[in-house]
Amino acid sequence: MIAIAVLSGFVLAVFAPFVHRLTKPLSGWVLAALPAAIFFYFVQMMPQIAHGETVRAAWDWVPSFGVTLSFYVDGLSLIFALLISGIGAFIVAYAGGYLKGHKDHGRFMGFILAFMGSMLGLVLADNLITLFVFWELTSITSFLLIGFNHDKPRSRRAAIQALVVTGGGGLALLGGLLLLGVAGGSFELSELLASGSIAENPYYLPIFLLVLAGAFTKSAQVPFHFWLPNAMEAPTPVSAYLHSATMVKAGVYLLARMNPILGGTDIWELVLPVFGGITLLTGTLLGLRQTDVKQILAYTTVASLGLLVMLIGIGTDVAITAAVLYLISHALFKGGLFMVAGSIDHSTGTRETVRLSGLGKVMPLTALAGLLAGLSMMGIWPFFGFIAKEVIYEATLHHDPRMWITAVAIIGNSLMLAAAALVGLRPFFGKLLQTPKEPHEGSPSLWLGALTLGVLGVVFGMMSHFSGEYLVAPMASAIGGRDIHTALHLWPEVSLPLALSGVTIFLGFIWFWQIDHLRSLLYAATQRLWGPDHGSDQFLAALVRVSKNLTGLLQTGRLNFYITFTLTMLALTLGIPVIAYGLLPTSIVLPDVALHIYGVFGLTVVGALALLFARSRLQAILSMGVTGFSVALIFLIFGAPDLAFTQFMVETLSVVIIALVLLRLPVDTYDRRDFLPSLRDAGLAISIGVAFTSIMMAIGAEPLDLTLTEYFAANSYLEAHGRNIVNVILVDFRALDTLGEIAVVLVAGLAALALIKVRDGILTSPDANRVTREDEA
Amino acid sequence: MEPILAVVVGILFAITVFLFLSRSYVRIILGIFLLSNATHLLIFTMGGLTLEVPPLIPPGATVPTEAIANPLPQALILTAIVISFALFAFLLVLTYRAYQALHTVDVDEMRDAEPLVEEDGA
Repeated sequence: MIAIAVLSGFVLAVFAPFVHRLTKPLSGWVLAALPAAIFFYFVQMMPQIAHGETVRAAWDWVPSFGVTLSFYVDGLSLIFALLISGIGAFIVAYAGGYLKGHKDHGRFMGFILAFMGSMLGLVLADNLITLFVFWELTSITSFLLIGFNHDKPRSRRAAIQALVVTGGGGLALLGGLLLLGVAGGSFELSELLASGSIAENPYYLPIFLLVLAGAFTKSAQVPFHFWLPNAMEAPTPVSAYLHSATMVKAGVYLLARMNPILGGTDIWELVLPVFGGITLLTGTLLGLRQTDVKQILAYTTVASLGLLVMLIGIGTDVAITAAVLYLISHALFKGGLFMVAGSIDHSTGTRETVRLSGLGKVMPLTALAGLLAGLSMMGIWPFFGFIAKEVIYEATLHHDPRMWITAVAIIGNSLMLAAAALVGLRPFFGKLLQTPKEPHEGSPSLWLGALTLGVLGVVFGMMSHFSGEYLVAPMASAIGGRDIHTALHLWPEVSLPLALSGVTIFLGFIWFWQIDHLRSLLYAATQRLWGPDHGSDQFLAALVRVSKNLTGLLQTGRLNFYITFTLTMLALTLGIPVIAYGLLPTSIVLPDVALHIYGVFGLTVVGALALLFARSRLQAILSMGVTGFSVALIFLIFGAPDLAFTQFMVETLSVVIIALVLLRLPVDTYDRRDFLPSLRDAGLAISIGVAFTSIMMAIGAEPLDLTLTEYFAANSYLEAHGRNIVNVILVDFRALDTLGEIAVVLVAGLAALALIKVRDGILTSPDANRVTREDEA
Repeated sequence: MEPILAVVVGILFAITVFLFLSRSYVRIILGIFLLSNATHLLIFTMGGLTLEVPPLIPPGATVPTEAIANPLPQALILTAIVISFALFAFLLVLTYRAYQALHTVDVDEMRDAEPLVEEDGA
C-alpha cells in the first residue's frame, strides 16, 4: 500500500498530459485527486504512528547486492509525507489555474506529479539505496521543472546550476550512504536507527562530511545557497512546492533522519549550528536587498533552512521540538505566501514590491491568505509560527549561555519578520497603484490552497494540544531517537523567550519601517561582492575551456601524433611490467643448430633493415620479398609446410601488387625526418622491440599449455577423418573461422575493385572539396 | 631456439614502429606488411618450436606416432596470413587512389577530411 502511494505519482505523471487534454478546464482539480487520496491515506495512519508504532514494507530489488525497495513510516517520514501530499494537492490544483492556456501545461502536470512521487519515495525510503535513487529523482524532476520555460536562457542557466549543485551533492551523498551501510552493518535505515550512533566508527568523519555535502547542497546552505534564488525562474507553483515547502527540505530531512545515527558528536554540534547560523543571516540580509516578491521569499527560504539546520545541530529536546514546529509552520506559511505571490503576479503582471499596494480591495481572498501566512511567518500570536518562535528561543537560551546563537536567531528572525511584512502585508494595504495588468481576484484554484494553508497556521496554533500530540511529538521523537514530549503553550508564560519575541517584533518593525534605506544599504554593500553564484558560472566556463583545450591537445588531427601517442601507451603497457618484474633478459643461450637456420634468421632481419633504409622503390620491393620469403623458410624449417606454401604464394602476390602500385606512386620512400624526431622515434621503436622480446622470453620459459593441441591430435583422424591436423582444424574444427576469413578476403577484394573502378570524378580533388565547404558555410 | 626467434621478432617490431612513425603513407603501409610478419612469427614461436616434423598422422595410425609440431598456432597463422594479405592489398589500392585524388602521400598534407582549424575560428 505504501509502495502504491509512492509509485502512483509516477504512473499518473505518464498519463497526466492525456488526462489534462481530456478534462481541460478542470484538469488541475482532477489530477489533484491523487495527492489528496494519498494525503488521506497518510492521515489515517496518524493515530497509529502517534502511539509510537512504525510501519515497514519491503520488496527485493537487487537481492545480490542487498538492495531492497523498502519503505518505513515513523513520525518523521509521516509528517513529511503529509506535507508533501497535502500541499501537493493544492499545488496541482493551483497549477491548473496558474498555467491555464500554456502550451505545455499537460507536460508540466506530469513533471510535478513525478516530483511528488520522488519526494514521497525519498522521505519514506528505508533502504539507503532506495533513498538515494529517489533523492536523485528529485534533483532530476527539479531540473525539468526549473527549466520548464526552456526557451529562456535564464531558466536554462538556473536549471543547470541547480542540477550541478544538487547532483554533485548527490554524488557525495552516495559515497556517504555506502560507507554508512558498511560501517553500520545494514543498508536499512530502520535497523541503523535501532542500533544507534556510529560516532565511534573509524569511518564516522568521512560519512559525516559526505552526508553533510549532500544535505547542504540540497538545502541550499551557505556556500551552496545561490542556486535556490535562481531557481525562482521556474513557474510559481514549482517555487511554492519544490523550493520552499518540500524539496529543499530534503536536506533537512536527511539531517533529521541521521541525527540518531550521526548526531550528538562535537563536530555535529559545531558544524551544523555554525553553517545554519551563517545561512540564516546571509539569507535574510540578501533577501531584504531584493524588490521582487519571489526573490525575497526565496532568500527567506534559504534563511529558514539555515535556522532548521542550526536547531537540528543543537540537538536538545527543546531544539528538536523547535525544529519540528518551525518546519511545519514554515511549510504552511511559505507555501501559502508563494501561492499568494504567484496570484499577485498572475493578476497584476508584476512582482515588484514597490509597485504593489492596496490590492486588498480588489483581491480580498488572496489578501486574507497573504495576511494569515504573513502573520504566521512574523510569529504573531496566536499563529503556529508564534509557538515555534517561542520554543526556538527557549532552545537557544538553554543551549548557550553566551547567547551568540540566540543573538543570531533574534537578528535573523527580526529580518525575516520584515520580509514577511513586505510580502504578506504591504501589497494589500494603502493606495492602489498602477500595474501592468488590471488587478482582479483569481479563480478559486489560485487562492483556495493558500487560504487553507493560512487557516491551518491558525488552527494548529489554537489547537496546540492536538498538534503537539499528533504532529510534533511523534516527529520530534523520531528525530531525537528518544521520546520527546514538549508541552506546547498557546498562552505564553511571562519569561525570557516572550521578552525576546517582543524584541524580535520591535526590531522587525524597525527594519520594515526603514526598508528602503536598509535595501539600498545592503545593495551597495553586496553589489561589488564576488559570490558563489558568479563563481559557479566561472567554474562551468572554466570546465568547458579546460575540456576544449584538452580536446585540442589530444585531437590534433595529425595522424603522426595519434600513432606516436598510441605507440607510447603500448610501450608503457609492455615496458612497465617488464621493468617491474625484472624480465629484461641478461643473456641468450645460443642453441646448437645448423648454421643455415641462423642464416635464415639473419636474412629475415637483414630484409627488414633493408626495408627500413630503402632509398628507392625497387629496394623497398626487394626487401619486402626477402623478409617475406625468409619468414616462409622459417615456417618450413620448423615443421609447418602449409604455412610456408601459403606464405610463398601470398608473398609473391604481395610483391606483384606492391610493384604495380608503387610504380604509380612517385614517391621517395626514404624518410624525411629531422635528427631529433628520428632519435625519439628510434627510442620508442627500440623500447617496444625490447619489451616484446623480453615478454616472449619470459613466457617461453613457462611450461606450454598443450590441452587443445592434444585434443586436436587425438581427434582429427577419429572424428574428422583427416591426417593433416592443421587442415582439419581449419576446415572442420574451426570451419566457421575459415568462412569468416574467406568473407574478409572477398570483401577486401570487392572494395579494392570498387576503388579501382570508380570514376575519377567521384573522388573529388582537394580544390573541388574546398569549394563545397565554403558553399555550406 | 625460441629466444633467438624472440630477438628476431623484437627487431621486426622495432622496425615496424619506426616505419609507423613516418610522415609518408607508403612507409606506414610497409610497416603494416612487416607488422603482420612479425605477429605471425610471434604466434609461431610462442606455440613451441619443433624441427622438421609437420603435424601429420601417418597412414595406418589414428593418432600421431611421434612428437609433431604444434598444429594449433599453425592453423591460427594460416588464417592470419590470408587476412593480412587481404588488408595489405586493400590498403595499397586505397593509398594509390588517395594519391590520385590528393596528389600527396604525406600524412600531414592529407587532411581534407579534418582541416586544421584556424585559431580565430575561421
